Amino acid sequence: MRLQGFGQIDRSSPVRFEFDGRSYGGFAGDTLASALLANDIRLIGRSFKYHRPRGIVTAGSEEPNALMTIGQGAAANPNTRATTQELYDGLVARSQNAWPSLGLDVMEVNDLLAPFLGAGFYYKTFMWPKAIWEKLYEPVIRHAAGLGALSGQDDGQSYDTGFLHCDLLVIGSGPAGLMAALTGARAGKRVILAEEDFAFGGRLNAEAEEVAGQPGPAWVASVIAELAAAPNVRLMRRTTVTGAYDGGTFGALEQVAEHLPSLPQGAPRATFWRIAAGRTVLAGGAHERMIAFRDNDRPGVMQASAVRSYLHRYGVAPGRKVAVFTNNDDGWRTAADLIAAGVTVTAVIDPRAHTQHDLPCRMIHGGVVTRAHGRLGLDNITVRKPDGAEIKVDADCLAVSGGWNPSVHLTCHMNGRPDWSEDIAAFVPRPGAVPGLIAAGAANGMFSTHGALRSGAQAAAEALDIKPIKVPQAEDATFEITPFWHVEGPGRAFLDPQNDVSVKDVKAAHQENFRSVEHMKRYTTLGMATDQGKLSNVGALAIMARLTGRDIPEVGTTTFRPPYTPVPIAAFAGRAARDTFRPHRLTPSDALSRERGAEFIEAGLWHRAAWFPQPGEDWLAACNRETTMVRETVGVADVTTLGKIDIQGPDAAVFLDRVYTNMFSTLKVGRVRYGLMLREDGFVMDDGTCARLGDQHYVMTTTTAAAGQVMVHLQFCQQVLWPELDVRFISVTDQWAQFAVAGPKARDLIRDVVAEDVSDESFPYMGCGAVTVLGVPGRLFRISFSGEHAYEVAVPARYGDALARALTERAEALGGGLYGMEALNVLRIEKGYITHAEIDGRVTADDIGMGRMVSAKKDCVGKVMSERPGLHGPERCQLVGLRPLNPDAAALHAGAHLFALKAEITPDTDQGWLSSACYSPTFGHRIAYAFLKNGRARHGETVRVVDRTKGTETLCDVTAPMFYDQEGGKLRG
Amino acid sequence: MRLTCPLCGPRDVREFSYRGDAVLTDRPTTPEGFHDYVHIRENPAGPHDELWHHGAGCGGWLKVRRDTVTHEVLSVALAREARS
Ligand SMILES: [Zn+2]
Repeated sequence: MRLQGFGQIDRSSPVRFEFDGRSYGGFAGDTLASALLANDIRLIGRSFKYHRPRGIVTAGSEEPNALMTIGQGAAANPNTRATTQELYDGLVARSQNAWPSLGLDVMEVNDLLAPFLGAGFYYKTFMWPKAIWEKLYEPVIRHAAGLGALSGQDDGQSYDTGFLHCDLLVIGSGPAGLMAALTGARAGKRVILAEEDFAFGGRLNAEAEEVAGQPGPAWVASVIAELAAAPNVRLMRRTTVTGAYDGGTFGALEQVAEHLPSLPQGAPRATFWRIAAGRTVLAGGAHERMIAFRDNDRPGVMQASAVRSYLHRYGVAPGRKVAVFTNNDDGWRTAADLIAAGVTVTAVIDPRAHTQHDLPCRMIHGGVVTRAHGRLGLDNITVRKPDGAEIKVDADCLAVSGGWNPSVHLTCHMNGRPDWSEDIAAFVPRPGAVPGLIAAGAANGMFSTHGALRSGAQAAAEALDIKPIKVPQAEDATFEITPFWHVEGPGRAFLDPQNDVSVKDVKAAHQENFRSVEHMKRYTTLGMATDQGKLSNVGALAIMARLTGRDIPEVGTTTFRPPYTPVPIAAFAGRAARDTFRPHRLTPSDALSRERGAEFIEAGLWHRAAWFPQPGEDWLAACNRETTMVRETVGVADVTTLGKIDIQGPDAAVFLDRVYTNMFSTLKVGRVRYGLMLREDGFVMDDGTCARLGDQHYVMTTTTAAAGQVMVHLQFCQQVLWPELDVRFISVTDQWAQFAVAGPKARDLIRDVVAEDVSDESFPYMGCGAVTVLGVPGRLFRISFSGEHAYEVAVPARYGDALARALTERAEALGGGLYGMEALNVLRIEKGYITHAEIDGRVTADDIGMGRMVSAKKDCVGKVMSERPGLHGPERCQLVGLRPLNPDAAALHAGAHLFALKAEITPDTDQGWLSSACYSPTFGHRIAYAFLKNGRARHGETVRVVDRTKGTETLCDVTAPMFYDQEGGKLRG
Repeated sequence: MRLTCPLCGPRDVREFSYRGDAVLTDRPTTPEGFHDYVHIRENPAGPHDELWHHGAGCGGWLKVRRDTVTHEVLSVALAREARS
């Protein structure tokens, strides 16, 4: 029921919204919950397990019941709390977990079965047989018990992430938070004020209180105006700080668009912030807790403070006849405010025998509410008076206050445990639990408004080591409470309405000896739902304490973990989704390759052309044609992706001698050498060529895959192992575009683009040097990864596209053209060059036949450990070639395993594995590389290649690991 | 978590990668030492010297003293300067 003269809603902006297919009216400034209550809708959902009718309990993010699906189609947002969802025109909300309708839910039969569905029911009933659990029980249970579901479709919307930095992060904008922010702001500090609500002010918006002689909301507005005008302050509404992490970092979710009918162009739906805060004041307030009694989950039973929120902030009376059940002064305040607003209060029930309160309504001191009545909504309550007599009291709303729990959650995220405060019968944050964070106001157990204002100013002053500012006048009553948790009696008294956990379930856990609070939590699932037990935890601890004869601090708390409220996974991902999941590295020939219709393969972040199909060609036909083209004429391939590291300095040569197994100090200027690098444990890390361009100047090439790893390794060697060496290096992978030009006609092509003489005398095999490439200063290396006479020619990257086109045009004039990764791979397998398919981190230099490359004349990284017994010799699997006995054999794939001819196929008889395989158009059959036990001594032997994943077996001859041009004449010719 | 790189200032932990125990700074000069150097590590609950790499920053190798229980970072130095 809407009340005139109350609330901060904008009555000049009416809006329409839809709930479960019916249209209703509300106002701008409403939440979905306040608008539903204004329309006298109390039944808003069905419970998780028993499908009991449920209503709105709170007016904030701790809401356990009022979970809705907002919106329609792909972007529909399930499990949204109606109590925090801002109303907008055209909002469409659906209740969850009820079928066919809220009023008639067939699964309500679960409620009748409740005696069989208590805590531990799943574990006991559905354990056996195991197969049926997965196929039958679990799907049925998941369907019957559940929350809302995502659409399963791409919502087409974007999310974002970002970093923020500040001297002072203030979490919460109630009286304590506002004073903390003001204190920091006036001292010129960089302040972030984060408020989860869409309005600043916290409970000042929800009480009939004055601050500094003004109504609460007016004082809030004046403070926010001052903060907004300060350039050093960032005000963040709709921003929930969800986690506290190491080193003063906090996670925060900013809802950008959930309050808007549609997403503004270019805006993210939500932004996940990582806030690096010098100091933090936690002023997140407190949550009012309920009292457990029979059927206390009936729609209409709600927090006493929520009733005041609806009254003062939204101008809504959640009932026409309201009763109050309270063990502290806050419930009395609700009754007084309702009476002042003209709402009938049918009774105030307080278990305490005496209080100072005197209101013009029925007051039952020393009484308790024993039961709520009304199936789909509260009709009346049973009250037991001090003399034991039970009476019925009319009530369509029962406002309950069992005291307040400071929101200690963030202070527990780094493993801190809260302290029990007898004064307020609640847990309070342990000082220092999160380094740099100070709790203030209600979050620290300071419940009076003046106390909150004061403690906020003090906390900020202490955090920043500055003077506190003057604190305005406000209410400063002391808080009086007598702990009271549970009304004993038959039936179910709910502690955790979201997970349908009742006092009985906690007792069952105790009876079955789950006495540790963490065990109780897992057995009953109490506090494990989306509200993370904000409403229920302390009540359950109190029951546990009584059952075990301990006091509450002895029982302890369960662990609070991030996030404080649910965060969409998409918000964590931010822009790292779809095409921007990760960066794309494009080669200099990317545009040309796309023009030529290339298919691409991803190599790390790189997109490399894999093959260039001509009309009618599949990948294999294209690969075969490109391979043959290189063997017969000339091919051009983009090899820019290989790591290039420019190394300079007086000690460059010494440095390379120590990181490569072989010698580089002896390499002549103008020559290139193949080098092998080990990890310190003796296994091969990477290989590649290294060119000496000058006396103190080398350019190292790494594999594409290991470029980053090698760079980090070199930095480690230089900075950590040998800082005394005078050597500097930098990655120039992105600075130089580099192309392989390979084939019998390679020199004809190179001669056409390079100004200098490229005869064998000037540029012999493994020669290198600076050259002029079509008028541009470049570099030429006579190296080959195909076995053909070949070059790699490099120019500054900005000329890469032009050079790719120039080389391709000339190659085509010579009968050649572009070739891709597939052909490049076939060429290198035919020739016997290795890649990381072979050096996969488990092989030694000796395994790949390069044992003698580990120089005996010097130390290098990995040398000592590579000499360990067991890392070389006949027990090792050594690199060999494989040729199928039947040249038509098609089943030869990397990953297959090797066995001796007559051996049984068992793991124990395994003799090795295939690392690379391809169809060789040059030889007309498949070829492969394998690691075979004692393989070098077994050339000529026949082995079985067994591929268990493909179900094939092929007989192969073992050969030397090189098929093409074993004498090397083509390379040098 | 944040680390204060001596060259780059305070930065988010995502810019860094963890290598392990700082015993790696003391590469043995004789073969006998390599087994322990490569394989043997202490696993203390408390202050621990370790190596971090500022890959998304200056490329520097840092020697970080960190409490493995609280994650408190006690000191950060360039590994090249922290060598004894
Ligand atoms: Zn740095």
